[in-house]
Amino acid sequence: MSDKKVFQTPLAGDMPRELYTDFEVRSLDTMCVNESQLVHPWWYNLKYAAIGMVFGIAFIKAEIVSWFRIQEMFRLQSFHMYGVIGTGVVLGAISVWLIKRFNIKTIYGEPIEFQPKRFSRGQIFGGTIFGLGWAMTGACPGPLFAQIGSGAFVILVTLLSAVAGTWVYGYYRDRLPH
Amino acid sequence: MEQLSQPWPWWAAGTIIGLIVPALLILGNKHFGISANLRHACAACLPANIKFFKYDWKKEIWNFFFVGGIIAGAFIASTLLANPEPVQVAPELAAELKGYGITDYSGMVPAQLFSWESLLSWRGFIMLVAGGFLVGFGSRYAGGCTSGHAIMGLSDLQWPSLIATIFFMVGGFIMANLILPHILTL
Repeated sequence: MSDKKVFQTPLAGDMPRELYTDFEVRSLDTMCVNESQLVHPWWYNLKYAAIGMVFGIAFIKAEIVSWFRIQEMFRLQSFHMYGVIGTGVVLGAISVWLIKRFNIKTIYGEPIEFQPKRFSRGQIFGGTIFGLGWAMTGACPGPLFAQIGSGAFVILVTLLSAVAGTWVYGYYRDRLPH
Repeated sequence: MEQLSQPWPWWAAGTIIGLIVPALLILGNKHFGISANLRHACAACLPANIKFFKYDWKKEIWNFFFVGGIIAGAFIASTLLANPEPVQVAPELAAELKGYGITDYSGMVPAQLFSWESLLSWRGFIMLVAGGFLVGFGSRYAGGCTSGHAIMGLSDLQWPSLIATIFFMVGGFIMANLILPHILTL
């Protein structure tokens, strides 16, 4: 890997040609970037599948991926989804604070790193577009996978359409306001 | 088992979701985020020489395992831990949906809206295909979805994530209250 490790997300909007390292391209417009330098056999990834399974079970059992719960949320007819997201954020924030405060390392001894995000108008325009789709499908990307797992196979069409939407965004990215 | 197959309360699910954040960080410095998978799928299958998709997606392969786990977990929850009762919804919502012919509460998605047959109707096509497109386009344009921005970003007190989350809600409120009633009557 000749990539220089740069922990600064590039400016969202303009993209000077051929300047970016793999990390810089990969970290564009995204929250989760893996920069672990460790090389493991593939089955080490199964631990993420295990976490995903717990997540998937909670998705179904708490009806978070239910189209009806999402409709209730956007009509202010139920506290359920606000409670789920609120509890998640509070616990997540306490965890992140503890990790930073005590400089907690990963189980492999690597430091845990956070990359500050820059503001872009994409968060306004894209956020609104995302919200429109969220209320229609009753699912953000995670629940799409869970709905398919619950046996609603027609949601595969929605998932493919979401991939297509991502691709079209990538195609027009340079011409969109950021 | 009895307890597990009942619908879980919001605090139980919220606790699990909140703890996924440190679990992924401590297991391997992974930041919670799901919509990135859609982009990795583009990078893996159809990069088409677009700069945005020209990166080493194999570095993010853990995320494919993560969503694979979500599918498996959802399958387990819908079979072994399935709740036989239909989902209980707010009476106002049930009354409104009845007006659109939506009366089946047995699945996670209403069968009368989301089925292979409904794909052939304008209502179903718009909600499944256009809805999915907006989710994929919007989440990448915003730089993340509910997991990346609303959970991970807010947990890390990133203010751009707060802006994104606010506009997720703005879009959702506009769609559910102003636009969706027209689509549902199609």
